[in-house]
Amino acid sequence: MKKIMNDPNRVVQDMLAGMIAAYPNELKQIPATTAITRSEAPVSGKVGLVSGGGSGHEPAHAGYVGKGMLDAAVVGEVFTSPTPDQIYEAIKAVDGGKGVFLIIKNYTGDVLNFEMAMELAEAEGIQVDKVIVNDDVAVEDSSFTIGRRGIAGTVFVHKIAGAIAEQGATLEEVKTVAEKVVNQTRSMGMALTPCTVPAAGKPSFHLEENEMEIGIGIHGEAGIERKPITTADEIASELTEKILTDMDLNNNEEVAVMVNGLGSTPEMELYIVNKKVNQLLTEKGIHIYKTFVGEYMTALEMTGCSVTLLKLDDELKTLLDATSEAPAFRN
Amino acid sequence: MELHVKDIIQWLEKTNEKIQLNKDYLTALDQAVGDSDHGINMSRGFHEVVNQVKTKDYTTVSDVLKDTAMILMSKVGGASGPLFGTAFLRFSMGVKGIDPINQDAFTKGLEDALAGIMQRGKATTGEKTMVDVWSPVVNYFKVTTNVQADEVTQTAKQAMEQTKEIMATKGRASYFKEKSIGHIDPGAASSFYIFEALSEVIKGEG
Repeated sequence: MKKIMNDPNRVVQDMLAGMIAAYPNELKQIPATTAITRSEAPVSGKVGLVSGGGSGHEPAHAGYVGKGMLDAAVVGEVFTSPTPDQIYEAIKAVDGGKGVFLIIKNYTGDVLNFEMAMELAEAEGIQVDKVIVNDDVAVEDSSFTIGRRGIAGTVFVHKIAGAIAEQGATLEEVKTVAEKVVNQTRSMGMALTPCTVPAAGKPSFHLEENEMEIGIGIHGEAGIERKPITTADEIASELTEKILTDMDLNNNEEVAVMVNGLGSTPEMELYIVNKKVNQLLTEKGIHIYKTFVGEYMTALEMTGCSVTLLKLDDELKTLLDATSEAPAFRN
Repeated sequence: MELHVKDIIQWLEKTNEKIQLNKDYLTALDQAVGDSDHGINMSRGFHEVVNQVKTKDYTTVSDVLKDTAMILMSKVGGASGPLFGTAFLRFSMGVKGIDPINQDAFTKGLEDALAGIMQRGKATTGEKTMVDVWSPVVNYFKVTTNVQADEVTQTAKQAMEQTKEIMATKGRASYFKEKSIGHIDPGAASSFYIFEALSEVIKGEG
C-alpha cells in the first residue's frame, strides 16, 4: 500500500482538519465529533439537511455542505457508517426550529445508525424525517435483499433537496421533492482496479490486468459480472442501457447526466464516456438538460466510473439550477 | 439464578475475552458474507465497554447495561453497533428498578432486547442474522423454570451453527443469496460468545 498519510488510523481526523483549514469561513466541525456543518448553522426557520456515511467517497459528503445544499455531513471511518451519537449531534446542531431531514444511502449500517439517531433526536422533541437513496441498478431490488445501494445519484438528492430547503420549504415539502428525485434517479458503475482501505492495507478485491467489473459498488462490493475490458463506447453503452431499461423515460423527456469518476480515472476518460452517453441519449430522443462530469462520489483510489441519469421536470430543473455554495458543488 | 452488578460486569468481561480471542475468526466469517470488519468492530466496542465499566461505581444492573449500550452504539459502528446497542439499551430498560435480577427479570430483559434487535433491524427469525441465536435463547429462558448454564451454551451454539444452513435475506449478506449458505452468520457468532460468557457467569454463581 502506498498512500499519502501520516497514520492509517487517523486519516479521517486529518482529512477533516485539512478541510476546515481549506474552508475556514464556510465550514466548521462540531467539537469532539466527525461532523461538519456550515459555519452559520443552525439556520433559523430552515429545514436542516444532514447526510453522511463512511469516508472514502470524497468529495461526498462533507464537500456538499454549504448554502443551497447540506447543513451537515457526518463522516464515519473509511467505508464505515458514522455512529448514532455523532449523527445525533449533527441533527441538534442544524435544527433551526423547522425540523431536520436526513439523506441516507441504502446500506444496512447507514440506515440503522441514522434511524437510531433519528429516534434519539425525536425523543428530544426535534422533528426529523428521512429519505433513503437507492439509485444503483446493478443490484437487484427485491424483498430478498436489503435493496439497491445508494451511489452517485445521492448528490442530486443533496442538491435538489438542499435547494428547496433553502427556499424555506417545510419538512414535508423537502421530503416530497427528495423522494421524487430518488424515484427518478438511476445509476450504475464499473471498475478497472480496486481500492485499498488504509486500515486494511491491501486491496479489497482483485481484478486481472485485462479485466473489468460491471456494476461494482462504491466500496468494491460485487457487481454484475467480471469480463475482459472493452472500449469506452461499449462500457458507456452497457451502463446507459442498463439504466434506461430500469427507467421510465420517453421521447422528448429531459434528463441530467452525471459521469462520475471513482477516484483514479482521468477526466479525459470520463469525457470519452460522456461522449457516448450523450450520443446514445440523443439518438433515443432524450434531451440532456445538464451534464456533470467529474468526481462526485468516489471509492478511494478505485479506477472506474459511474453513470447517473435523473429524469427532470420543471420543478427539478429550477432546483437543480439554484445557487449552491458547497465547496464541491458551486452553482 | 441471581445476578448482581458484579456478575453483569463479569459477564461483559468474559464476553470481551471471547471476542478478543476470536477477533480474526469473526472477521473471517464476515469476509465470506459481508464487509470483513465484524471482528475488528466488536473487539473495539467490547474492549471499550470493559475499560469504562470497571472505572465506575455502579449501584444498579440497569445502569451497567445502559452504559454498555451507549458505548457499543458509539464504538462498534457498522450495523452491529446500533443492533447490539439497542439490545443492551432495551435490556437495561427492561430490568430498571430490579436489583439483583432473578431469572424472571433476566428473561424479561432478554425478551425486550430481542424485540429491540428485531425492530431496529426489521428482522425476524430464519433470515440468517443474530436474531436466529437470540430468539431460541430467549425462548429457552422463557420455558425453563430452572435455567442450566450448559443448556444456555448448547442452545446458543446449536442456533449459531444452524445459521450456516440459512440463505441470508437481511443485511449485506443478502446480496450473496445462495452463496451465503454454508457460512455461519458473523452476528450470530458474536451473539453466541455473549451467551457462552453468560452461561459461565451463571455457572460460577450457581
